[in-house]
Amino acid sequence: MNTGNLLELNNISVVYSDVIQVLKGVSLRVEKNRIVSLLGSNGAGKTTTLKAISGLLKPENGKVTDGSIVYDGVPVQNLSPEEITRLGIIQVLEGRQPFKYLTIEENLRVGTATRWTKPYRKDLEMVYDYFPALTKRRKSLAGYCSGGELQMVVMGRALMAHPKLLLLDEPSLGLAPLVVKEIFRIIRRINEEQGTTIILVEQNANMALQIAHYGYVMENGKIVMEGGVEDLKENPDVKEFYLGVSAGGAARSYRDVKSYKRRKRWL
Amino acid sequence: MEFFIQLLINGLSVGLLYGLSALGFVMIFKSSSVLNFAHGELLAMGAFLFLVLVSWAKVPVFIAFVITLAGCFLLGFVVERIFLRPLIGESLIFVIMLTVGLASMFKGLLLFFFGGNLQTYPDFLPAALAIRLGSISVPPVYVASSLMGGVFLVLFGLFFKYSSHGIYMRSVADNQTAALSLGVHVKKVFALSWAIAAMVAGMSGIMLGIINGINVHQISSIGLKVFPVVILGGLDSIGGAIIGGIIIGLLEAFTSGYISPSLRDVVPYIILVFILLIKPYGLFGLKEIERV
Amino acid sequence: MRRMHVHPCGNFKENYAQELTVFETDFGRIAVFLGLIVLFGIVPFVSSPYLLYVMNTTGIAAIAALGLNILVGFTGQISLGHGAFFGVGAYAGAILATAAGLPFWVAVPAAGFITAFVGMIFGIPSGRLKGLYLTIATLAGQFIIEYILVHWESLTKGTMGITLPTATIFGVALDNDRRFFFVIFLCLAAITLVTSNLMRTRYGRAFIAIRDNDRAAEGMGIPIFPYKLLSFAISSFYAGFAGALWAYYMVSISSEPFTLGLSVEYIAMVIIGGLGSIPGSIFGAVFITGLNEMLRFATDALMNLGALAGFGLNSASLREFAFGLAIVLFILFEPKGLAELWRIVRSSFRLWPFSY
Repeated sequence: MNTGNLLELNNISVVYSDVIQVLKGVSLRVEKNRIVSLLGSNGAGKTTTLKAISGLLKPENGKVTDGSIVYDGVPVQNLSPEEITRLGIIQVLEGRQPFKYLTIEENLRVGTATRWTKPYRKDLEMVYDYFPALTKRRKSLAGYCSGGELQMVVMGRALMAHPKLLLLDEPSLGLAPLVVKEIFRIIRRINEEQGTTIILVEQNANMALQIAHYGYVMENGKIVMEGGVEDLKENPDVKEFYLGVSAGGAARSYRDVKSYKRRKRWL
Repeated sequence: MEFFIQLLINGLSVGLLYGLSALGFVMIFKSSSVLNFAHGELLAMGAFLFLVLVSWAKVPVFIAFVITLAGCFLLGFVVERIFLRPLIGESLIFVIMLTVGLASMFKGLLLFFFGGNLQTYPDFLPAALAIRLGSISVPPVYVASSLMGGVFLVLFGLFFKYSSHGIYMRSVADNQTAALSLGVHVKKVFALSWAIAAMVAGMSGIMLGIINGINVHQISSIGLKVFPVVILGGLDSIGGAIIGGIIIGLLEAFTSGYISPSLRDVVPYIILVFILLIKPYGLFGLKEIERV
Repeated sequence: MRRMHVHPCGNFKENYAQELTVFETDFGRIAVFLGLIVLFGIVPFVSSPYLLYVMNTTGIAAIAALGLNILVGFTGQISLGHGAFFGVGAYAGAILATAAGLPFWVAVPAAGFITAFVGMIFGIPSGRLKGLYLTIATLAGQFIIEYILVHWESLTKGTMGITLPTATIFGVALDNDRRFFFVIFLCLAAITLVTSNLMRTRYGRAFIAIRDNDRAAEGMGIPIFPYKLLSFAISSFYAGFAGALWAYYMVSISSEPFTLGLSVEYIAMVIIGGLGSIPGSIFGAVFITGLNEMLRFATDALMNLGALAGFGLNSASLREFAFGLAIVLFILFEPKGLAELWRIVRSSFRLWPFSY
């Protein structure tokens, strides 16, 4: 086993409510201190993969039925979220999900749940250092903050837990391009300064591939492609479907795209 | 005028107790969305435990009080663990009916051991607590219960506002999935909120017992009065519970004083229906903050 | 002659008509007819008066429980006021029989309609309220009705109560348990048939749709509020009908029994029997009434032990406890109730010896 891997998914299957199989044998490897990006269209199973890692499948009646998830040498599949978060895996949920009736600062303090015996002042300072925009909003209710601020809040409160592995689910969802740029810059900084390993699920492949070291592409509950970001960026399929440029640099006609798509689905 | 002020004082103190009783109820609802029909029985459990300790075992009052609170804390914890945890995620009717069933069970147990007669605590409150305002006197019980109510209200306010565990509890009420994703021990939060709620309930039970005497039926019917109180104040607002309690207490005092004592017990429910029809989230309940 | 339908080992229905039949199999139909023959031809003539009394109260409870199941089990509106509606029916029947002098066979259905009207009034909050808020509103309804029953003295005679004349139907005086048995169980049989047919109509399907997802039901063009009101009306009609029967059977009534405790008893019947199951409501009524009677024996026996008498032991405390326990145990271990247990027992016979 490669000791450089912080997380390994070996051929896992995930079934919801005992009937709906969403992941059909997904394997991936995440090296320490890297940003790994998970790309794919809607319903490909990216979020489910993250939830399988973080244990949040359980409340949704999902289960890892096959394969293993090994984190830091320990199998963690189907553990409860309480146990998994205490091992240092924190997921930032899709769609932000702030605590609407708590202030920004209280939101951040919830992040200390896994380490509530330790003092938290310093961590707050750290988060405000990463997200200076939050400093002046610290006393206002999260329910009344803007989307960009909320994304910072939910990432910040994950940072409060000192995660070793951070799972980010679509941090760019519904944000203005400039804000997205800012967020991604911060993700990069977190990775470099804290040494946090990050799995980044994104629709915005362009941004994701700019900051990631390695990438996986998912379709229909399977990994269909993987590689270093430079390889992925050059891959014609990825270019076509996720970066929006065709091999020739010009947009293709719709009919070609369609037939091509069909071919790809049968991969 | 004197009569009016006397009613006002009675209403305020009884209302504060209603509010205090409702506090525990709101806490359970806030964290786990369980509507607790057994709340009156939790009140009664506290009242009777204190009775056993003070009158039968002759434990000094202060120690008995502390033991009662601890006992109720434990009771709440156990009830959550045994009966409610298996139902997490089940549909509303089962959870509601489970608490109705629990209410029946507790009531049966209390009736079995203590019978349906009215019992009283030995008089232990110092008479010095009484306040005299000209010709109007406030009995020591009312003063003591108002003090207790005030103290606990502030304590809970501080707990929920500033302590980490208070914040975790609020986070679970707010967004359970998000709380889970950050490693908040949701089950522990549920257990803790039941335990604290039972403790507050036990305390209010003792106070109610001092004022009205201790009787299973009477105390458990006050548990149902919690519903008008919390609907008036908003199901999820702690301050609202207190204010709702005071409003209901005043209404009761004035209807029994000026209209008819028999109307006293039904007025809260008539108000309840109107509030539900006009302002279902209550006077202070959180309006849904909805944004995409 | 067509082939007999016996129970298949799985779901082999070929068209919607088969899905909707009242009797799934010919065997079921025969069993029901045989059961009815035994019920009316043999049971009343071999049972002791006490047993007849227990069965009569069970039958009345079953009618009311069926009504509550329509509201709670099929429409999904949790009501804690059914006991009060039962009381309204009892009082309506009693007042119609005494003050208005109506005959038995008019007074009972009329009481049902009056109760249906009252039920609709208390169902109005369901237009705005859902789930637990509605439950609380029905709780308020329970207390308000209870208060009115006690304090509207010119009409209800307050705590004194009302004594009813002997019921007569077609010139026959219903003056013993056996005669009442026929009336009650004929009513129960008719109401059960009506209910199971009602659930096959558009109304029944609308109720179920509202229960499962009210917003989706609205999106499908079901006007929710009228249907909820209708459900309240039907359910209270049953309660009122049963209440009036009960008033006639008990001869004299007072406001005492129609408390929240009675409402809880009905809810317990519905839950223990099985939510949204017609036979379940009857099972539930049998279970709860049986439990009541057994507990009475148990407390009598315990009282005679002497040692326990000092505890102030009475049937009330034991009953409360056992009720609560039964509800709690069923919710924790078999939330679908007796109907589900019955189904499991039947299907394990049907599929024997291959249980898959």
